[in-house]
Amino acid sequence: MISGAEIVIRCLQEEKVDCVFGYPGGSVLHIYDALFKQDQVKHVLVRHEQAAVHAADAYSRSSQRVGVALVTSGPGVTNTVTGIATAYMDSIPMVVLTGQVPTHYIGQDAFQECDTVGITRPCVKHNFLVKDVKDLAVTIKKAFHIASTGRPGPVVVDIPKDITAQMCEFEYPKSIHLRSYNPVVKGHLGQIKRAVQILQEAKRPIIYAGGGAILSDAAEKLTLLARKLNFPVTNTLMGLGSYPATDKQFVGMLGMHGTFEANNAMHYSDVILAVGARFDDRVIGNPEHFGEEKRRVIHIDIDPSSISKRVKVDVPIVGNIVDVLDELLKLMDGNFKTDPDLANWWKQIDEWRGRDSLRYKQAEYIMPQFVIEKLYEVTGGDAFITSDVGQHQMFAAQYYKFDKPRRWINSGGLGTMGVGLPYGMGVLMANPGAQVACVTGEGSIQMCIQELSTCKQYGLPIKIINLNNGMLGMVRQWQEMFYSSRYSESYVTSLPDFVKLAEAYGHVGMKIEKPEDVEPALRKAFTEHKNDLVFMDFIIDPVANVFPMVSAGKGLTEMILAEDL
Amino acid sequence: MRHIISILIENESGALSRVAGLFSARGYNIESLTVAPTEDPSLSRMTILTRGSDEVLEQITKQLNKLIDVVKVVDLSQAAHVERELMLIKVRATGKDREEMKRMADIFRGRIIDVTESTYVIELTGASSKLDSFIAAIDAGLILETVRTGVCGIGRGDRILKI
Repeated sequence: MISGAEIVIRCLQEEKVDCVFGYPGGSVLHIYDALFKQDQVKHVLVRHEQAAVHAADAYSRSSQRVGVALVTSGPGVTNTVTGIATAYMDSIPMVVLTGQVPTHYIGQDAFQECDTVGITRPCVKHNFLVKDVKDLAVTIKKAFHIASTGRPGPVVVDIPKDITAQMCEFEYPKSIHLRSYNPVVKGHLGQIKRAVQILQEAKRPIIYAGGGAILSDAAEKLTLLARKLNFPVTNTLMGLGSYPATDKQFVGMLGMHGTFEANNAMHYSDVILAVGARFDDRVIGNPEHFGEEKRRVIHIDIDPSSISKRVKVDVPIVGNIVDVLDELLKLMDGNFKTDPDLANWWKQIDEWRGRDSLRYKQAEYIMPQFVIEKLYEVTGGDAFITSDVGQHQMFAAQYYKFDKPRRWINSGGLGTMGVGLPYGMGVLMANPGAQVACVTGEGSIQMCIQELSTCKQYGLPIKIINLNNGMLGMVRQWQEMFYSSRYSESYVTSLPDFVKLAEAYGHVGMKIEKPEDVEPALRKAFTEHKNDLVFMDFIIDPVANVFPMVSAGKGLTEMILAEDL
Repeated sequence: MRHIISILIENESGALSRVAGLFSARGYNIESLTVAPTEDPSLSRMTILTRGSDEVLEQITKQLNKLIDVVKVVDLSQAAHVERELMLIKVRATGKDREEMKRMADIFRGRIIDVTESTYVIELTGASSKLDSFIAAIDAGLILETVRTGVCGIGRGDRILKI
C-alpha cells in the first residue's frame, strides 16, 4: 500500500514524465513530499502558476510529449486558467494536477477552496475531481489518454488533500477504454478517393495547412504530398514549420497579416486542401467575401466539429492527418497526374510574389523586421522561437523562415500576452541545449517577467529579443488606422531599465539602439553568452506597422500593403 | 427549425453542467431540458428541445459528441418519433369555475390529482402544443401556478438509442 501522493508520482513515472512545472501550497504538500523522495520526475519551480502551465504547454508544443503542471488549490488554480485556456485554444496535450481542499471541506468555503472543475470546465478537453483514492491511478491514466489522443487538449485532475494521504494498492492500468470516447483515426477511404479525384482536376489549387499538421507530426508526409502535387502551400500562424518556409512552393503565411501571394492564392483557388486548419476569422477574413469565389474544399481534420463550421466543405475527411496523408499518397501512386493548367496558376502566383509584400524600408531606427531577419541568419534558421502576442509576434512569423515543425511556439488561438518567456522555459526543459529565442515586446515581457528568476535557478539560457518601441504596438497600429490616431492607453511610460533588470536577476542585459549593432549583438549573445540568458533590449522604430494587413471584417484580398501608404 | 436532441451521457456529477455550459458558451438555445437515469444506472438520458438552422444543428450534434461524457447523440426529430411533456397546473376552482375546470380537464384528458375547497391541481400529458392549448383554453386569471417537465421523446419502432 502506498499513499495517494505516492500514487500520483508513480503515475507520472509510468507515463515517462521527466519534468513537471509547478508551485507548492497547502493542498499539494503530500504530493510535494512524495516528489522530494524520488529523482525520476524533475520539478521546475516557477514564480507564478500561470508560467507553470505555459511552460508545460511549450514543453508539449516543442516535443511530442504531454506537458504536466502541478499547482495548489484556490489561487493556485485560478492562476492557471489563462494557461489552460491558451493550451485549449491551440489543442495542446497537457495534464494539470491541482490540489483541492479535503473532501469533507468541499463546498464549505474552506481556505484556498475554489470550484476547480467548474472554473476550468469551459477551457479544458475534460476534467476530473478524484473522490476516492482507489480511482486515482485510473483517473490519471484517463487524463493522459484523453489529453494526447483525438484532437489533443488540456485535462485537469483535481485531487483533494485527504485523498493524497490515504493508502491504497497501486496498479497502473496498461491501457484504458472509455465507451464514450473513441476518436477516429483512419480517414474514410471513399472520401479520400474523392479527394484524389478532385486534386487531379484542380487548376488553381492550394494546400492550406494549420496547427493540426504539426500536432499530428505530419510535416514530412505533407511535404511529400505537396512536392508530388506541385501545389502551392500556405500555412496558418499555427501551421508554420509544417512545410519548409524556404521551399519554392511555399507562398508564406496567410490571413490578417499574410503575404499578398498567400492570400490571393487562397482566395482565387478552385480547390483547397485544408490540412488541420479551421478557417478561423484571422485566416479567411470576411466569410461572405471569401464565399464569393466558387471552389471545392477538401478538409482533413481529426475533429468533425472543425469541418463545415465556418466554410462549407465538399469532401470532409475525419481522421488523424498523418494517417490520412499516408493513405492519400498511396492512392496517388501510378497514373496520378495533375492538371496541365497548373503552370498558368504558378505564373499567376509568381506575379503576386513579385509584389514582394514583406518589403520594408530601412530607417535611422532599428526596424523590427530587420532584427528578425538577422536573428534568422545568426541562428542558422534552426532555433526554437517562442513569442508573445502583438506586432513582434507577426514580425517573427513573417520573417523567420521555419523549415521544421515544432520550432515556432506561440499562442495563436487565445493570443495570450506573457507566454513568451515561460514558453522558452518549457522548450528548454524538453530540448536541453537547444537554441531558444523569445521574441517579445516591452508590453508582453512584463506580463511574466518574474520568470527571469526561474531561468536563473535552472540555468535556462533563453535569448530574449525585446522589440522595444515603447508602445503596445498592435494596439497602437489599430488606433492609428481605425481610431484617428487617438492612442488611448497604448503608450507605455515608466519602462524599467531592462539591462539593469536582467542583471538584477543575475542575467546578461544588452541595449541595442543602432541598426549596425543588431547583428554583432546577436552574434555575441548566441556565441559568447551561449550559456547565459541574455535580455536584448532592441530600441526599435516606434511607429513601424505590420503589413500586409486585412482589416477586421474585410475580405482576404482587400489587403493594405506597406507600399500603399 | 425545432429539434429534439436525445443524449445518452455518463451518469456522473457535473455531466449536466457540461452540456448546459456547452449550449451557453456557444450561444445555442435550450427551450427545455430533461434528464434522468436510464435502466442502466451508469447512464443518463437527456432530452433537449432546441431551435436552429441545419448548420447550427450539425454543430450542436458535433460539439455534444465531443464532450467526453457523452456516449451517444441523436436528433429525434429527423425521423418518426413520439414526444410527450407532463404539466402540473394549479388553478382556482370556486363557484361556477369549479365545474368548468373539471370539464376542461376532461376534454384534454387531464386528471385532477389534488383538490381543496378553492383549488385543483390538474395533471396533463401530451405534446407540448397540447399543453399550450390547454393553457390558452382556460381563463388566464384562474391559473395559480404551472410546472412543466419539458419535452421527452423516443424514436418509433426499431429506432433505438442504446449502447
